[in-house]
Amino acid sequence: MAPLALRRLAVLTALCTLLLIVAGALVTSNDASLAISDWPLSWGKLVPPMEGGIRYAFAHRVAAAAVAGLVVILAVWQQAREPRAWVRRLGWAAVSAVLAQAALGGAVVRFIDPKLFSIAHACLAQICFGLTVAIMVGHFPCLPAAPASAGPSLFAATGLFLQTILGAAVRHNAITAVPHIAGAVIATALAMWASLQVLMHHMENAPLRRAATLLLALTFSQVFLGLAAYAALAATAGDPQPMPVMIWATVAHVAVGSLAFGAAIALAMMVFRHDEPARPDLARGGMAVA
Amino acid sequence: MKKIWIAVGVVSALALAGCGGGEKTQTKQAETAAPAGGAATPDLANGATVTGKVVFEGTKPVMKTLDMSAVPTCMNAHKDAPQKSQEVIVNDNGTLKNAFVWVKAGLPDTTVWQVPATPVALDQNGCMYNPHVIGVMVGQNIDIKNSDPTNHNIHPMPTVNQEWNESQPPGTPDKMQSFPRQEVPVAVKCNIHNWMRAYIGVVGNPFFAVTGDDGTFSLKGLPPGNYTIQVWHEKYGTQEQQITVGAKDSKTLDFTVKG
Repeated sequence: MAPLALRRLAVLTALCTLLLIVAGALVTSNDASLAISDWPLSWGKLVPPMEGGIRYAFAHRVAAAAVAGLVVILAVWQQAREPRAWVRRLGWAAVSAVLAQAALGGAVVRFIDPKLFSIAHACLAQICFGLTVAIMVGHFPCLPAAPASAGPSLFAATGLFLQTILGAAVRHNAITAVPHIAGAVIATALAMWASLQVLMHHMENAPLRRAATLLLALTFSQVFLGLAAYAALAATAGDPQPMPVMIWATVAHVAVGSLAFGAAIALAMMVFRHDEPARPDLARGGMAVA
Repeated sequence: MKKIWIAVGVVSALALAGCGGGEKTQTKQAETAAPAGGAATPDLANGATVTGKVVFEGTKPVMKTLDMSAVPTCMNAHKDAPQKSQEVIVNDNGTLKNAFVWVKAGLPDTTVWQVPATPVALDQNGCMYNPHVIGVMVGQNIDIKNSDPTNHNIHPMPTVNQEWNESQPPGTPDKMQSFPRQEVPVAVKCNIHNWMRAYIGVVGNPFFAVTGDDGTFSLKGLPPGNYTIQVWHEKYGTQEQQITVGAKDSKTLDFTVKG
Protein backbone atom coordinates (compact mmCIF):
# COMPACT_ATOMS: atom_id res chain seq x y z
CA MET A 1 0.00 0.00 0.00
CA ALA A 2 1.29 3.40 -0.94
CA PRO A 3 1.22 6.36 1.44
CA LEU A 4 -1.26 7.99 -0.91
CA ALA A 5 -3.73 5.29 0.08
CA LEU A 6 -2.97 6.09 3.71
CA ARG A 7 -3.81 9.72 3.02
CA ARG A 8 -7.06 8.67 1.38
CA LEU A 9 -7.90 6.51 4.38
CA ALA A 10 -7.27 9.49 6.65
CA VAL A 11 -9.67 11.61 4.57
CA LEU A 12 -12.26 8.82 4.57
CA THR A 13 -11.96 8.40 8.33
CA ALA A 14 -12.49 12.12 8.95
CA LEU A 15 -15.51 12.18 6.63
CA CYS A 16 -17.02 9.09 8.27
CA THR A 17 -16.47 10.61 11.70
CA LEU A 18 -18.40 13.68 10.58
CA LEU A 19 -21.19 11.43 9.31
CA LEU A 20 -21.15 9.66 12.67
CA ILE A 21 -21.67 13.02 14.39
CA VAL A 22 -24.61 13.69 12.06
CA ALA A 23 -26.01 10.23 12.91
CA GLY A 24 -25.64 11.03 16.61
CA ALA A 25 -27.36 14.38 16.14
CA LEU A 26 -30.24 12.61 14.39
CA VAL A 27 -30.57 10.26 17.37
CA THR A 28 -30.75 13.15 19.83
CA SER A 29 -33.02 15.29 17.66
CA ASN A 30 -35.43 12.42 17.13
CA ASP A 31 -35.46 11.74 20.87
CA ALA A 32 -34.33 8.19 20.08
CA SER A 33 -31.28 7.82 22.33
CA LEU A 34 -32.98 5.15 24.43
CA ALA A 35 -35.01 3.45 21.70
CA ILE A 36 -32.64 0.55 22.23
CA SER A 37 -32.59 -0.16 25.93
CA ASP A 38 -29.64 -2.57 25.97
CA TRP A 39 -25.97 -2.38 25.01
CA PRO A 40 -23.84 -3.73 23.36
CA LEU A 41 -26.62 -5.89 21.87
CA SER A 42 -29.71 -4.21 20.44
CA TRP A 43 -33.00 -5.58 21.73
CA GLY A 44 -31.01 -8.70 22.66
CA LYS A 45 -29.91 -9.23 19.05
CA LEU A 46 -27.20 -8.16 16.66
CA VAL A 47 -29.81 -6.54 14.43
CA PRO A 48 -32.94 -5.21 16.15
CA PRO A 49 -36.37 -4.76 14.56
CA MET A 50 -36.09 -1.65 12.40
CA GLU A 51 -38.80 0.85 13.17
CA GLY A 52 -39.18 4.38 14.47
CA GLY A 53 -36.39 5.58 16.71
CA ILE A 54 -34.66 2.19 16.66
CA ARG A 55 -33.50 2.94 13.11
CA TYR A 56 -31.67 6.07 14.20
CA ALA A 57 -30.16 4.50 17.31
CA PHE A 58 -29.03 1.36 15.47
CA ALA A 59 -27.67 3.27 12.47
CA HIS A 60 -25.63 5.34 14.92
CA ARG A 61 -24.25 2.16 16.49
CA VAL A 62 -23.34 0.68 13.10
CA ALA A 63 -21.71 3.93 11.99
CA ALA A 64 -19.79 4.05 15.29
CA ALA A 65 -18.51 0.51 14.75
CA ALA A 66 -17.44 1.39 11.21
CA VAL A 67 -15.61 4.52 12.35
CA ALA A 68 -13.94 2.59 15.18
CA GLY A 69 -12.73 0.05 12.63
CA LEU A 70 -11.43 2.78 10.30
CA VAL A 71 -9.63 4.55 13.15
CA VAL A 72 -7.95 1.33 14.31
CA ILE A 73 -6.87 0.44 10.75
CA LEU A 74 -5.55 3.97 10.27
CA ALA A 75 -3.56 3.85 13.53
CA VAL A 76 -2.08 0.42 12.79
CA TRP A 77 -1.23 1.43 9.23
CA GLN A 78 0.39 4.64 10.38
CA GLN A 79 2.36 2.72 12.97
CA ALA A 80 3.80 0.59 10.17
CA ARG A 81 4.34 3.23 7.46
CA GLU A 82 4.32 6.71 8.95
CA PRO A 83 7.78 8.01 9.91
CA ARG A 84 6.56 11.00 11.92
CA ALA A 85 5.99 10.14 15.56
CA TRP A 86 3.40 12.87 16.18
CA VAL A 87 1.15 11.59 13.41
CA ARG A 88 1.41 8.05 14.80
CA ARG A 89 0.59 9.37 18.26
CA LEU A 90 -2.43 11.21 16.92
CA GLY A 91 -3.61 7.91 15.43
CA TRP A 92 -3.44 6.11 18.76
CA ALA A 93 -5.01 9.07 20.52
CA ALA A 94 -7.92 8.77 18.09
CA VAL A 95 -8.19 5.04 18.85
CA SER A 96 -8.31 5.80 22.59
CA ALA A 97 -10.90 8.52 22.08
CA VAL A 98 -13.11 6.32 19.90
CA LEU A 99 -12.98 3.44 22.37
CA ALA A 100 -13.77 5.79 25.26
CA GLN A 101 -16.59 7.21 23.17
CA ALA A 102 -18.03 3.72 22.61
CA ALA A 103 -17.88 3.02 26.34
CA LEU A 104 -19.53 6.37 27.06
CA GLY A 105 -22.26 5.61 24.54
CA GLY A 106 -22.88 2.29 26.28
CA ALA A 107 -22.97 4.05 29.64
CA VAL A 108 -25.60 6.49 28.33
CA VAL A 109 -27.83 3.49 27.53
CA ARG A 110 -27.02 1.46 30.65
CA PHE A 111 -27.41 4.34 33.09
CA ILE A 112 -30.55 5.71 31.36
CA ASP A 113 -29.28 8.83 29.67
CA PRO A 114 -27.69 10.82 32.50
CA LYS A 115 -27.17 14.36 31.24
CA LEU A 116 -23.50 14.46 32.18
CA PHE A 117 -22.77 11.29 30.20
CA SER A 118 -24.81 12.46 27.22
CA ILE A 119 -23.04 15.82 27.14
CA ALA A 120 -19.64 14.13 27.57
CA HIS A 121 -20.56 11.79 24.70
CA ALA A 122 -21.36 14.75 22.45
CA CYS A 123 -18.12 16.53 23.41
CA LEU A 124 -15.91 13.47 22.99
CA ALA A 125 -17.42 13.07 19.54
CA GLN A 126 -16.01 16.49 18.66
CA ILE A 127 -12.62 15.50 20.06
CA CYS A 128 -12.68 12.33 17.92
CA PHE A 129 -13.54 14.41 14.87
CA GLY A 130 -10.85 16.95 15.72
CA LEU A 131 -8.27 14.18 15.98
CA THR A 132 -9.23 12.65 12.65
CA VAL A 133 -9.06 16.10 11.03
CA ALA A 134 -5.62 16.64 12.56
CA ILE A 135 -4.46 13.28 11.21
CA MET A 136 -5.90 14.08 7.81
CA VAL A 137 -4.08 17.43 7.70
CA GLY A 138 -0.97 15.62 8.89
CA HIS A 139 -1.05 13.58 5.72
CA PHE A 140 -0.90 16.74 3.62
CA PRO A 141 2.55 18.01 4.58
CA CYS A 142 3.30 19.66 1.25
CA LEU A 143 2.07 23.04 2.34
CA PRO A 144 3.79 26.22 1.26
CA ALA A 145 5.63 28.18 3.89
CA ALA A 146 3.44 30.58 5.81
CA PRO A 147 5.24 32.25 8.65
CA ALA A 148 2.50 33.28 11.03
CA SER A 149 1.33 32.73 14.56
CA ALA A 150 -0.92 29.75 15.10
CA GLY A 151 -2.24 31.38 18.30
CA PRO A 152 -5.45 32.89 16.88
CA SER A 153 -6.36 29.64 15.11
CA LEU A 154 -5.76 27.66 18.28
CA PHE A 155 -7.90 30.11 20.24
CA ALA A 156 -10.59 29.80 17.58
CA ALA A 157 -10.47 25.99 17.73
CA THR A 158 -10.67 26.10 21.54
CA GLY A 159 -13.53 28.58 21.44
CA LEU A 160 -15.46 26.52 18.91
CA PHE A 161 -14.91 23.37 20.96
CA LEU A 162 -16.16 25.05 24.15
CA GLN A 163 -19.13 26.24 22.14
CA THR A 164 -19.94 22.64 21.16
CA ILE A 165 -19.94 21.75 24.89
CA LEU A 166 -22.44 24.53 25.56
CA GLY A 167 -24.48 23.42 22.55
CA ALA A 168 -24.58 19.85 23.82
CA ALA A 169 -25.63 21.09 27.26
CA VAL A 170 -28.51 23.04 25.66
CA ARG A 171 -29.59 20.05 23.57
CA HIS A 172 -29.67 17.86 26.66
CA ASN A 173 -31.57 20.48 28.67
CA ALA A 174 -28.77 20.95 31.19
CA ILE A 175 -28.59 24.73 30.67
CA THR A 176 -30.60 27.46 29.00
CA ALA A 177 -29.65 28.82 25.57
CA VAL A 178 -28.23 32.07 27.01
CA PRO A 179 -24.66 30.81 27.68
CA HIS A 180 -24.64 29.15 24.25
CA ILE A 181 -25.67 32.41 22.58
CA ALA A 182 -23.03 34.32 24.54
CA GLY A 183 -20.51 31.67 23.58
CA ALA A 184 -21.49 32.06 19.94
CA VAL A 185 -20.51 35.73 20.03
CA ILE A 186 -17.08 34.90 21.48
CA ALA A 187 -16.48 31.90 19.20
CA THR A 188 -17.47 33.94 16.14
CA ALA A 189 -15.13 36.74 17.17
CA LEU A 190 -12.26 34.26 17.64
CA ALA A 191 -12.94 32.61 14.29
CA MET A 192 -13.01 36.03 12.61
CA TRP A 193 -9.75 36.99 14.31
CA ALA A 194 -8.04 33.78 13.18
CA SER A 195 -9.38 33.97 9.64
CA LEU A 196 -8.81 37.67 9.07
CA GLN A 197 -5.30 37.47 10.47
CA VAL A 198 -4.44 34.85 7.85
CA LEU A 199 -6.33 36.61 5.07
CA MET A 200 -4.67 39.95 5.77
CA HIS A 201 -1.14 38.59 5.89
CA HIS A 202 -1.20 35.59 3.56
CA MET A 203 -3.66 36.40 0.82
CA GLU A 204 -1.14 35.12 -1.71
CA ASN A 205 -0.96 31.71 -0.02
CA ALA A 206 -3.81 29.83 -1.69
CA PRO A 207 -4.16 26.86 0.73
CA LEU A 208 -4.10 29.13 3.78
CA ARG A 209 -6.48 31.58 2.14
CA ARG A 210 -8.93 28.80 1.33
CA ALA A 211 -8.77 27.35 4.83
CA ALA A 212 -9.31 30.76 6.44
CA THR A 213 -12.18 31.56 4.09
CA LEU A 214 -13.74 28.20 4.84
CA LEU A 215 -13.49 28.79 8.59
CA LEU A 216 -15.10 32.20 8.18
CA ALA A 217 -17.88 30.87 5.94
CA LEU A 218 -18.63 27.94 8.23
CA THR A 219 -18.68 30.11 11.33
CA PHE A 220 -21.14 32.58 9.83
CA SER A 221 -23.25 29.73 8.43
CA GLN A 222 -23.28 28.29 11.92
CA VAL A 223 -24.56 31.54 13.39
CA PHE A 224 -27.40 31.62 10.87
CA LEU A 225 -28.18 27.94 11.46
CA GLY A 226 -28.33 28.64 15.19
CA LEU A 227 -30.80 31.44 14.50
CA ALA A 228 -32.73 29.09 12.20
CA ALA A 229 -32.88 26.42 14.91
CA TYR A 230 -34.13 28.99 17.40
CA ALA A 231 -36.70 30.30 14.90
CA ALA A 232 -37.84 26.74 14.18
CA LEU A 233 -38.23 26.13 17.90
CA ALA A 234 -40.25 29.30 18.33
CA ALA A 235 -42.39 28.60 15.26
CA THR A 236 -43.23 25.06 16.35
CA ALA A 237 -43.49 25.72 20.09
CA GLY A 238 -47.12 24.62 20.25
CA ASP A 239 -46.70 21.60 18.00
CA PRO A 240 -45.98 18.02 18.94
CA GLN A 241 -42.20 17.78 19.11
CA PRO A 242 -39.88 16.90 17.57
CA MET A 243 -41.07 18.54 14.34
CA PRO A 244 -39.09 17.77 11.14
CA VAL A 245 -38.05 21.42 10.66
CA MET A 246 -36.65 21.41 14.19
CA ILE A 247 -34.82 18.14 13.60
CA TRP A 248 -33.14 19.28 10.41
CA ALA A 249 -32.26 22.71 11.72
CA THR A 250 -30.54 21.30 14.80
CA VAL A 251 -28.80 18.49 12.92
CA ALA A 252 -27.43 20.99 10.39
CA HIS A 253 -26.34 23.24 13.28
CA VAL A 254 -24.43 20.36 14.88
CA ALA A 255 -22.84 19.28 11.59
CA VAL A 256 -21.70 22.77 10.57
CA GLY A 257 -20.47 23.41 14.12
CA SER A 258 -18.29 20.32 13.83
CA LEU A 259 -17.05 21.44 10.42
CA ALA A 260 -16.15 24.88 11.79
CA PHE A 261 -14.26 23.25 14.66
CA GLY A 262 -12.46 21.00 12.17
CA ALA A 263 -11.64 23.96 9.92
CA ALA A 264 -10.13 25.84 12.86
CA ILE A 265 -7.96 22.83 13.72
CA ALA A 266 -6.89 22.49 10.10
CA LEU A 267 -6.03 26.18 9.87
CA ALA A 268 -4.06 26.07 13.12
CA MET A 269 -2.10 23.06 11.92
CA MET A 270 -1.42 24.57 8.53
CA VAL A 271 -0.06 27.74 10.07
CA PHE A 272 1.82 25.94 12.83
CA ARG A 273 3.48 23.43 10.52
CA HIS A 274 4.66 25.92 7.90
CA ASP A 275 8.34 25.13 8.46
CA GLU A 276 8.06 21.35 8.47
CA PRO A 277 10.02 19.77 5.61
CA ALA A 278 7.74 18.31 2.97
CA ARG A 279 7.72 14.57 2.40
CA PRO A 280 8.72 13.83 -1.18
CA ASP A 281 6.40 10.82 -1.35
CA LEU A 282 3.40 13.06 -0.67
CA ALA A 283 4.45 15.89 -2.89
CA ARG A 284 1.63 15.45 -5.38
CA GLY A 285 -1.16 17.88 -4.85
CA GLY A 286 -1.65 20.34 -2.04
CA MET A 287 -4.04 20.85 0.78
CA ALA A 288 -7.07 22.56 -0.66
CA VAL A 289 -9.38 22.79 2.27
CA ALA A 290 -9.77 20.85 5.50
CA MET B 1 -22.41 -32.52 63.45
CA LYS B 2 -20.22 -30.81 60.87
CA LYS B 3 -22.03 -32.68 58.07
CA ILE B 4 -25.40 -31.45 59.34
CA TRP B 5 -24.22 -27.81 59.15
CA ILE B 6 -22.87 -28.38 55.64
CA ALA B 7 -26.21 -29.88 54.60
CA VAL B 8 -28.09 -26.91 56.10
CA GLY B 9 -25.79 -24.54 54.24
CA VAL B 10 -26.29 -26.31 50.91
CA VAL B 11 -30.08 -26.43 51.31
CA SER B 12 -30.15 -22.74 52.26
CA ALA B 13 -28.03 -21.81 49.27
CA LEU B 14 -30.30 -23.78 46.93
CA ALA B 15 -33.38 -22.20 48.44
CA LEU B 16 -31.91 -18.71 48.01
CA ALA B 17 -30.91 -19.47 44.44
CA GLY B 18 -34.44 -20.60 43.69
CA CYS B 19 -35.85 -17.36 45.01
CA GLY B 20 -33.47 -15.03 43.18
CA GLY B 21 -33.91 -12.42 40.48
CA GLY B 22 -37.42 -11.54 39.42
CA GLU B 23 -39.02 -13.46 42.25
CA LYS B 24 -37.38 -11.11 44.71
CA THR B 25 -38.74 -8.07 42.86
CA GLN B 26 -42.25 -9.51 42.79
CA THR B 27 -42.11 -10.20 46.54
CA LYS B 28 -41.06 -6.66 47.19
CA GLN B 29 -43.84 -5.30 45.00
CA ALA B 30 -46.37 -7.58 46.68
CA GLU B 31 -45.28 -6.33 50.10
CA THR B 32 -45.67 -2.75 48.98
CA ALA B 33 -49.12 -3.30 47.51
CA ALA B 34 -50.48 -5.43 50.34
CA PRO B 35 -52.69 -3.71 52.90
CA ALA B 36 -50.40 -2.87 55.78
CA GLY B 37 -51.63 -3.38 59.31
CA GLY B 38 -53.14 -0.15 60.58
CA ALA B 39 -52.90 1.67 57.24
CA ALA B 40 -55.63 4.27 56.80
CA THR B 41 -58.26 4.31 54.09
CA PRO B 42 -60.58 7.16 53.06
CA ASP B 43 -63.61 7.28 55.37
CA LEU B 44 -66.32 7.40 52.75
CA ALA B 45 -69.13 7.44 55.31
CA ASN B 46 -67.94 10.29 57.55
CA GLY B 47 -65.32 12.03 55.47
CA ALA B 48 -65.84 15.11 53.34
CA THR B 49 -66.28 15.16 49.60
CA VAL B 50 -64.75 17.81 47.38
CA THR B 51 -66.06 17.92 43.85
CA GLY B 52 -65.40 20.36 41.10
CA LYS B 53 -64.41 20.92 37.55
CA VAL B 54 -61.49 22.33 35.64
CA VAL B 55 -62.88 25.02 33.33
CA PHE B 56 -61.02 26.12 30.24
CA GLU B 57 -61.22 29.83 29.46
CA GLY B 58 -60.10 31.28 26.16
CA THR B 59 -59.84 30.17 22.58
CA LYS B 60 -59.91 26.44 22.22
CA PRO B 61 -56.52 25.44 20.77
CA VAL B 62 -56.44 23.35 17.61
CA MET B 63 -54.30 20.30 18.13
CA LYS B 64 -52.02 19.18 15.32
CA THR B 65 -52.26 15.74 13.75
CA LEU B 66 -49.44 13.50 14.92
CA ASP B 67 -47.12 12.45 12.12
CA MET B 68 -46.93 8.66 12.32
CA SER B 69 -45.96 8.20 8.68
CA ALA B 70 -42.54 6.81 9.61
CA VAL B 71 -44.16 3.77 11.22
CA PRO B 72 -46.86 2.20 9.01
CA THR B 73 -48.16 -0.01 11.82
CA CYS B 74 -48.96 3.06 13.88
CA MET B 75 -50.38 5.00 10.95
CA ASN B 76 -52.66 2.11 10.01
CA ALA B 77 -54.07 2.09 13.52
CA HIS B 78 -55.48 5.56 12.83
CA LYS B 79 -56.26 5.29 9.12
CA ASP B 80 -59.92 6.21 9.67
CA ALA B 81 -59.26 9.20 11.88
CA PRO B 82 -55.72 10.58 12.11
CA GLN B 83 -54.59 10.91 15.69
CA LYS B 84 -54.41 14.42 17.09
CA SER B 85 -52.05 15.52 19.81
CA GLN B 86 -53.56 15.02 23.26
CA GLU B 87 -51.69 17.91 24.82
CA VAL B 88 -54.83 19.99 25.27
CA ILE B 89 -58.29 18.46 25.07
CA VAL B 90 -61.15 20.87 25.75
CA ASN B 91 -64.40 19.02 26.32
CA ASP B 92 -67.66 20.03 24.67
CA ASN B 93 -68.82 21.59 27.95
CA GLY B 94 -65.78 23.87 28.03
CA THR B 95 -63.86 21.92 30.62
CA LEU B 96 -60.36 20.56 30.42
CA LYS B 97 -59.62 16.86 30.10
CA ASN B 98 -56.53 15.15 31.54
CA ALA B 99 -55.97 17.55 34.41
CA PHE B 100 -54.56 15.87 37.51
CA VAL B 101 -56.14 17.05 40.77
CA TRP B 102 -54.72 16.02 44.13
CA VAL B 103 -54.40 16.94 47.78
CA LYS B 104 -50.98 18.46 47.94
CA ALA B 105 -50.88 19.46 51.60
CA GLY B 106 -52.96 19.38 54.76
CA LEU B 107 -53.08 15.70 55.57
CA PRO B 108 -51.24 14.59 58.73
CA ASP B 109 -47.69 13.56 57.90
CA THR B 110 -47.94 10.64 60.28
CA THR B 111 -50.85 8.94 58.51
CA VAL B 112 -49.88 5.90 56.51
CA TRP B 113 -52.41 5.38 53.73
CA GLN B 114 -53.30 1.96 52.46
CA VAL B 115 -51.96 1.32 48.99
CA PRO B 116 -54.60 -0.19 46.68
CA ALA B 117 -53.74 -3.72 45.63
CA THR B 118 -55.34 -3.15 42.24
CA PRO B 119 -52.86 -1.91 39.66
CA VAL B 120 -53.62 1.04 37.41
CA ALA B 121 -53.52 0.15 33.72
CA LEU B 122 -51.40 2.03 31.21
CA ASP B 123 -51.93 0.63 27.74
CA GLN B 124 -49.92 1.23 24.58
CA ASN B 125 -52.60 1.05 21.94
CA GLY B 126 -52.48 2.53 18.45
CA CYS B 127 -49.02 3.85 19.34
CA MET B 128 -50.60 6.09 21.96
CA TYR B 129 -50.66 5.80 25.72
CA ASN B 130 -54.11 5.12 27.05
CA PRO B 131 -55.00 6.83 29.33
CA HIS B 132 -52.86 9.87 28.63
CA VAL B 133 -52.75 10.84 32.31
CA ILE B 134 -53.05 8.48 35.26
CA GLY B 135 -52.75 8.77 39.01
CA VAL B 136 -51.32 6.17 41.36
CA MET B 137 -50.35 6.02 44.99
CA VAL B 138 -46.75 5.67 46.02
CA GLY B 139 -45.98 1.95 45.80
CA GLN B 140 -49.10 1.15 43.79
CA ASN B 141 -48.49 -1.02 40.77
CA ILE B 142 -48.88 0.26 37.23
CA ASP B 143 -49.87 -2.47 34.79
CA ILE B 144 -48.13 -1.54 31.54
CA LYS B 145 -49.59 -3.32 28.52
CA ASN B 146 -48.57 -3.42 24.90
CA SER B 147 -51.70 -4.01 22.84
CA ASP B 148 -49.94 -2.97 19.63
CA PRO B 149 -48.47 -5.33 17.03
CA THR B 150 -45.28 -3.30 17.29
CA ASN B 151 -42.39 -2.68 19.67
CA HIS B 152 -42.41 -0.04 22.37
CA ASN B 153 -40.06 1.11 25.03
CA ILE B 154 -41.37 2.61 28.24
CA HIS B 155 -39.20 5.38 29.55
CA PRO B 156 -40.42 7.36 32.56
CA MET B 157 -38.37 10.48 33.25
CA PRO B 158 -38.88 11.26 36.91
CA THR B 159 -36.75 13.74 38.79
CA VAL B 160 -37.41 12.46 42.32
CA ASN B 161 -37.81 8.75 41.59
CA GLN B 162 -35.37 6.50 39.76
CA GLU B 163 -35.46 6.76 35.98
CA TRP B 164 -35.84 3.49 34.05
CA ASN B 165 -36.23 2.32 30.48
CA GLU B 166 -37.58 -1.05 29.35
CA SER B 167 -38.41 -2.59 26.00
CA GLN B 168 -41.78 -4.24 25.45
CA PRO B 169 -42.15 -6.21 22.21
CA PRO B 170 -45.67 -7.13 21.04
CA GLY B 171 -47.23 -10.12 22.73
CA THR B 172 -45.01 -9.98 25.80
CA PRO B 173 -46.49 -10.07 29.32
CA ASP B 174 -47.53 -6.86 31.03
CA LYS B 175 -44.94 -5.07 33.09
CA MET B 176 -45.66 -4.17 36.69
CA GLN B 177 -43.90 -1.08 37.92
CA SER B 178 -44.32 1.30 40.83
CA PHE B 179 -42.71 4.46 42.14
CA PRO B 180 -41.49 4.66 45.74
CA ARG B 181 -41.67 8.46 46.12
CA GLN B 182 -44.33 11.10 45.62
CA GLU B 183 -43.87 13.01 42.37
CA VAL B 184 -46.34 14.98 40.24
CA PRO B 185 -45.94 14.51 37.37
CA VAL B 186 -43.71 11.76 36.03
CA ALA B 187 -43.47 12.14 32.26
CA VAL B 188 -43.36 8.90 30.27
CA LYS B 189 -42.20 8.61 26.68
CA CYS B 190 -41.51 6.04 24.03
CA ASN B 191 -38.22 6.69 22.25
CA ILE B 192 -39.26 4.52 19.30
CA HIS B 193 -42.38 6.57 18.59
CA ASN B 194 -41.37 10.04 19.65
CA TRP B 195 -44.91 11.43 19.71
CA MET B 196 -45.95 9.07 22.51
CA ARG B 197 -46.26 10.85 25.84
CA ALA B 198 -48.06 10.01 29.07
CA TYR B 199 -48.00 11.50 32.55
CA ILE B 200 -48.29 9.79 35.90
CA GLY B 201 -49.17 11.56 39.11
CA VAL B 202 -47.58 9.64 41.97
CA VAL B 203 -49.13 10.69 45.26
CA GLY B 204 -48.58 9.62 48.86
CA ASN B 205 -52.32 9.74 49.68
CA PRO B 206 -55.43 8.33 48.02
CA PHE B 207 -57.02 11.74 47.30
CA PHE B 208 -56.41 12.38 43.62
CA ALA B 209 -58.32 12.29 40.35
CA VAL B 210 -57.87 12.85 36.64
CA THR B 211 -60.50 14.87 34.81
CA GLY B 212 -62.27 13.02 32.03
CA ASP B 213 -64.72 13.82 29.27
CA ASP B 214 -66.84 16.00 31.56
CA GLY B 215 -63.87 17.79 33.15
CA THR B 216 -64.99 17.02 36.68
CA PHE B 217 -63.19 15.51 39.64
CA SER B 218 -64.22 14.13 43.01
CA LEU B 219 -62.11 13.60 46.12
CA LYS B 220 -64.05 11.47 48.59
CA GLY B 221 -63.50 10.57 52.25
CA LEU B 222 -61.30 13.51 53.24
CA PRO B 223 -60.78 13.87 56.98
CA PRO B 224 -61.83 17.25 58.44
CA GLY B 225 -59.11 19.84 57.95
CA ASN B 226 -57.56 22.56 55.80
CA TYR B 227 -56.15 21.40 52.50
CA THR B 228 -54.18 22.64 49.56
CA ILE B 229 -55.67 21.19 46.39
CA GLN B 230 -53.48 21.38 43.31
CA VAL B 231 -54.43 20.92 39.68
CA TRP B 232 -51.70 20.09 37.20
CA HIS B 233 -51.94 20.11 33.43
CA GLU B 234 -49.16 19.24 30.97
CA LYS B 235 -49.47 22.53 29.06
CA TYR B 236 -50.91 24.93 31.59
CA GLY B 237 -48.88 23.90 34.63
CA THR B 238 -50.23 24.06 38.17
CA GLN B 239 -52.81 25.97 40.18
CA GLU B 240 -53.57 25.67 43.87
CA GLN B 241 -56.52 26.50 46.07
CA GLN B 242 -57.10 26.20 49.81
CA ILE B 243 -60.22 24.55 51.20
CA THR B 244 -61.49 23.75 54.69
CA VAL B 245 -63.80 20.81 55.17
CA GLY B 246 -65.57 19.28 58.13
CA ALA B 247 -66.98 15.81 58.66
CA LYS B 248 -69.49 14.75 56.01
CA ASP B 249 -69.10 18.09 54.24
CA SER B 250 -69.75 18.23 50.55
CA LYS B 251 -67.98 21.17 48.94
CA THR B 252 -67.40 22.40 45.44
CA LEU B 253 -64.06 23.67 44.20
CA ASP B 254 -63.66 24.76 40.60
CA PHE B 255 -60.47 25.70 38.81
CA THR B 256 -60.22 27.96 35.80
CA VAL B 257 -57.40 27.48 33.34
CA LYS B 258 -56.72 30.28 30.88
CA GLY B 259 -55.65 29.23 27.41
